[in-house]
Amino acid sequence: MTVSSDAGEPKFKINALYKIFGEEPEIALKALRDRNLTKSELLEEYNHVLALEDINFNAKAGEISVIMGLSGSGKSTLIRHINRLIEPTSGEIIYGGNDILSCSADEIRQIRREKMSMVFQNFGLLPHRTVIQNVGLSLEARSFSRKRIFSEAEKWLDEVGLQGYEGKYPDQLSGGMQQRVGIARALASNAEVMLMDEAFSALDPLIRSDMQDLLLKLQKGLRKTIVFITHDLDEALKLADHLVILKDGKIVQQGDPQRVLVEPEDRYVFDFVSDTNRARVLRVRTIMEPISSSSHMFIEGEIDQEETLETMIKLSGGDISKNYLVKNGVDSVGIAKMERLLEALVPVKKNEIRSKEI
Amino acid sequence: MSIYEPVFSAFGLTEWCQGGNGKGDNLTSLTDLVAKARGEGSANLSLWELPFPSMDALHASCPAFPKSRELSKGIENVFLDIKDSLSLVLDPLTQPLSWLLEGSLWLFETTPWWIMIPALLAIVMLVGRSLVLVCFVAAGLIGFAFVDYYSFAVQTLAVIFVCSLLCVIIGVPIGIAMSRSNRLQRSVIPILDMLQTLPAFVYLIPLIFLFSVTEPKLYGIAIILYAIVPVIRLTDLGIRLVDVEVLEAATAYGLTDRQKLTKVQIPLALPNIMAGINQTIMMSLSMVVIASLVSAPGLGVLVLRGIRNLELGVGLLSGLGIVVLAIILDRTTKLALARITPGHRR
Repeated sequence: MTVSSDAGEPKFKINALYKIFGEEPEIALKALRDRNLTKSELLEEYNHVLALEDINFNAKAGEISVIMGLSGSGKSTLIRHINRLIEPTSGEIIYGGNDILSCSADEIRQIRREKMSMVFQNFGLLPHRTVIQNVGLSLEARSFSRKRIFSEAEKWLDEVGLQGYEGKYPDQLSGGMQQRVGIARALASNAEVMLMDEAFSALDPLIRSDMQDLLLKLQKGLRKTIVFITHDLDEALKLADHLVILKDGKIVQQGDPQRVLVEPEDRYVFDFVSDTNRARVLRVRTIMEPISSSSHMFIEGEIDQEETLETMIKLSGGDISKNYLVKNGVDSVGIAKMERLLEALVPVKKNEIRSKEI
Repeated sequence: MSIYEPVFSAFGLTEWCQGGNGKGDNLTSLTDLVAKARGEGSANLSLWELPFPSMDALHASCPAFPKSRELSKGIENVFLDIKDSLSLVLDPLTQPLSWLLEGSLWLFETTPWWIMIPALLAIVMLVGRSLVLVCFVAAGLIGFAFVDYYSFAVQTLAVIFVCSLLCVIIGVPIGIAMSRSNRLQRSVIPILDMLQTLPAFVYLIPLIFLFSVTEPKLYGIAIILYAIVPVIRLTDLGIRLVDVEVLEAATAYGLTDRQKLTKVQIPLALPNIMAGINQTIMMSLSMVVIASLVSAPGLGVLVLRGIRNLELGVGLLSGLGIVVLAIILDRTTKLALARITPGHRR
């Protein structure tokens, strides 16, 4: 896996973003700040809807940041602020040293064409155009030559596995194939940021899983900065390098998805994560302990830190007394105990963990 | 003497009423004379017979109050007053329409039938791609020629051709502008409603005053005003119906407003625009018949002759001819519409 030099640096930062829908959002915002109103009070007294409240989050370069929330949590509104399909009420989005929200119309168009691509839930393909014309859309907006548009589009169609479909129309393809076109279109713009709004939610489960694998495979080579919106926790856990959980327009928890799983901040997140198959999504590194403290223990074997708990259970044959040396490449980084693994399979709220430690 | 007199005196207007006495008597209608002849009868009216306080009734009580005839006369005078200045502006502005109509009529009439008929069939084939339709059109045109209605039919076609074309050229941009501004839409829709419901003959009345009856633009304007409505409405509707997510995708990939219009909105609205054009053509056909009252050439002239001279056969035959022409135009445009509608492409 090649990691580009600026990996880990924030590609863009969202600072104190607010969005209020209504006739006079400015007045409502002032009231919200001065009087500390809640969402429902704002709706009742001012008839304004608080869609996003004090959103702060950094999208790191080369990572997939997943924003997860139920419908109505404001996640689609949030992603549309990043390329300014929706105007904010207040706040800033710093990208490349500039605030996107204060860009001129020309500048924002430039960013949309060259820096940020987008994939839509219902694909958003132009039904009157062939697949290849759809893929070349952003290049066409940039007035590239026909020849160049076609060769670029062709290349990305191959990449997503749609060779031979160039001349078809979107309505002649299945949902999964249409979304492949959507992804090829996003990639063809060669943008470093990719916004994916519930990109796989309209697909059936098997196809969805295929598409997730395709995205991860592409991401391995391309290292784009991806913001992915979903309401599906399993999808979020599969894709996320950074997980943001949104509820009623507010971020309730964000961080490494493994941490969110083992240390849910509140009841809402806890309810969310308690339904998942933890053995399949939790990784060995999440449950490992430092080597020093357990150097005297008997070590059964070695395991990579990115392996799931499921693999470790299989390896142990179900024997809970076994311990494994955790490897990151050639380095030994920790010890994973089966005892600890078993513990981790039961969802625990963060404060409960804390009280136990004290 | 009349029933509303106390009302005027209550407001202290008796003097004003008397002042206008002489003027009011100029317009004496037959009913007034009858009432005068009957004499005092009107003085003791019961409540049951109380007339609505209309202009005429009020005039009876107060001679200075204008009669309703004066209102329509007033409108007429206003129109006649501005007529000259209006035609000074409109005449040169609409002159190209006359030229276009004359040119098109000249082209359709002087082209020999053995070029015209195959050319029309080729156009139908090109637009409709249906052999059945081409056969029907061929039968229709040959039928017209055989009963010596050929020249009337092509005159009608020539007029429809020019008027529909102008409707599209003017109507589509108006529709596009309407789709982009709710305020414009709100202000244009009542005008469209009025144009659509105004009886076709009413268009002709002010136009006759404005332009000379010998000029083709007179009926040209009447046809365009009448037929332009559906193409405007359906262009507006078609663009407003374009899928929001598709448009959002176009925005997200940095298309300019112009690019969105030409690459996304118009192509996707095309089925609706075509439906509007189909309606526009059909309406200009119906208007070209009525416009024969103001010297529009074509099959309408024959219908008019049938009515004026009570030539039943001529009237019916030319009426039938209009139906055939209508079917030809309708089916051809509908086939073209079907071809560009998504879903029929496969």
